[in-house]
Amino acid sequence: MMVLNIKELPQEKYLLSGNAACPGCPEALGLKYLGMALDDKVILVVPAGCSSVIQGLAPGSSFRFTTLNVPFASSDAVAAGLAAAKEVVGEDAVVIAWAGDGGTADIGMATLSGAAERNDNIIHVCVDNEAYMNTGIQRSSLTPYGAWTTTTWTGKKERKKELPLIMLAHKVPYVATASIAYPTDYIEKLRKAASIKGFKYIHLHAPCPVGWRFDPKYTVRVAKLAVETGMWILFEAFNGKVTISPFSRPYQNKERRKPVTEYLKLQERFRTMKPEDVKLIEKMIDDAWKTLLKFT
Amino acid sequence: MIPKVPLDKQIKKAVNGDEATAYAAKQSLVDVVAAYPITPQTIIVEKFSEFVANGEVYTEFVPVESEHSAMSAVIGAAAAGARAFTATASQGLALMLENLYIASALRLPLVLVVANRALSAPINIHCDHSDAMMMRDAGWVQIFAENTQEAYDTTIQAFKIAEDPEVQLPVAVNLDGFILSHTLEDIYMLPDEEVQKFLGGYRKPVKTYVDYLGKEVEVKLDPSNPISIGPLDLYDYYFEHKVPQAVAMEKVKEVVKRVNEEWFELSGRKYGDGVIDAWGVEDADVVVAVLGSTSGTVRYVAKELRKEGKKVGVLRIRLFRPFPFDEVRDLLKEVKVVGVMDRALSFGSFGPSFLEISTALQGIRNSPLMVNYIYGLGGRDVPPSHVKQVFNELEEIMKSGEVGKRLRFLGVRER
Repeated sequence: MMVLNIKELPQEKYLLSGNAACPGCPEALGLKYLGMALDDKVILVVPAGCSSVIQGLAPGSSFRFTTLNVPFASSDAVAAGLAAAKEVVGEDAVVIAWAGDGGTADIGMATLSGAAERNDNIIHVCVDNEAYMNTGIQRSSLTPYGAWTTTTWTGKKERKKELPLIMLAHKVPYVATASIAYPTDYIEKLRKAASIKGFKYIHLHAPCPVGWRFDPKYTVRVAKLAVETGMWILFEAFNGKVTISPFSRPYQNKERRKPVTEYLKLQERFRTMKPEDVKLIEKMIDDAWKTLLKFT
Repeated sequence: MIPKVPLDKQIKKAVNGDEATAYAAKQSLVDVVAAYPITPQTIIVEKFSEFVANGEVYTEFVPVESEHSAMSAVIGAAAAGARAFTATASQGLALMLENLYIASALRLPLVLVVANRALSAPINIHCDHSDAMMMRDAGWVQIFAENTQEAYDTTIQAFKIAEDPEVQLPVAVNLDGFILSHTLEDIYMLPDEEVQKFLGGYRKPVKTYVDYLGKEVEVKLDPSNPISIGPLDLYDYYFEHKVPQAVAMEKVKEVVKRVNEEWFELSGRKYGDGVIDAWGVEDADVVVAVLGSTSGTVRYVAKELRKEGKKVGVLRIRLFRPFPFDEVRDLLKEVKVVGVMDRALSFGSFGPSFLEISTALQGIRNSPLMVNYIYGLGGRDVPPSHVKQVFNELEEIMKSGEVGKRLRFLGVRER
């Protein structure tokens, strides 16, 4: 595998300073790396969410990307129409639907599934900050078990929807998970996705200091701990065949994983968790690994 | 006048209304079609995917999973600079609704065919205009066809109207569900190359100067000239960005009239002045105003009554949005009684056309007496006898000078 040297990647400012992202925003990192990965070939389709706000107010914009802002449940269909138009007029572009966990797994789910099934030539990036942050931290189907949100005051009682597996089941050419703490891995995956024709799905884990209740300086640390505790598994899959990515490979071995409490205790949102909840989360981690490894 | 393409050079074909619009879209060099089937529009989707399967068109067909996505996909395509087309009806249009506002506000010249159908509940697949009236405030140009020939002609005209540099707005072509969508008629179609010449070939996006790029660029999503479309826009600019939509709407009427004339020179067919198709209104005492296919029935009855010496006329509104207030006012100001037939009802108010025509006549001294007939909801048939009843009642109003009940339901069982 080619090893990326981050110093040799484009250093342009794809997200201009003065943008409206909160301190420690993981989406800002995700966008910056996206620019470094694909430079100026990108057309972003952005449904409602934090990324609509980060752009700033018209007539200005902090994005150097070509961007189309669309309603919540529209992004993948808009991207599909856009990609179809580019195909028929013979223009090159990498069309990316850049949506949050709500725009992907909840209100955007039917559209996502439709585009995946049709194998439309787009990349869907799910920037997963595990709740509706833009409207003020309400639960989503990607909010993990036990997490506090403004609609789950005593901790969420349901599990996180396993969206990457659902996308695997669509038998699309490329499915990958990524984390804002591992930019080279994420950038490589974006580049691979851009080189493949058809539907590509990248699920980017994006810890949000505001919604998860941690110090903004710990964004990358929290994201890293998610991988090191095995909570978030980095992998990629070509045509349904899963390969665990290098940064997650050590944690196939349960002994190598850091205790999940190290990840949980940094985040106030898990404050209401009891020891038995932690046990349950540990079991969920084991189960997730077991399920995923069946696809390798 | 002999048209540029005389009838013997046109292609005569027996098609239903849905097929007619599919053929029109096929000839209009559409780049992207995205649609989801719904009765009574389904034939359009089927027919168009048949064209794609036969290799008769260079069009990307996106078989989306919902109407919400159909409108989304054509928004994406049009924002990329392509010519895009879709079609729907009823609940499908309702599902599209939030995107309809986006399409017009982003000034995307899409064409949408609506095979008009009643809205649920209860479930009903037949014709009324409730679906079209739901989108009357969405910023779209709305044209109502009277027959299959007009549905074909109007669909081609719609691209020209939508893409006019002064307009740059989406256009909805309405044809009555089943009555037009599924009824076979002989129509005349122009040869492909004549349609393409009429439209000026493929879509050419308008250009604008972008300050940070320091040059004039086509308004479309193109990474080599990055622009941002539809961003967050609050109280400091949103209002300034909405007014131009209203200004563009003001330009539509003249463009529709011009395109109607151009089409006449080419094909020999025109529909009134393009915005209103009036019959016998000039010297009429009593006029019925109506949209869509029912106009034919009303005109038939009016002609019969004229034979009896009754001074009656018919005002068919072809362009509903923007509404031709000035034209309606000029045509109706001398009339004594106007009956407005609406195939939709704004519950708690009147029929939509009645409200518009009342506004058009507002402020005229001795303005006509007006009464509103709600008819044909859910596809209820409107035989000539019902229309005759309307004319009779209008005549009585004229004689007595008393309007009585202003909102009346036509052809409905009494409890």
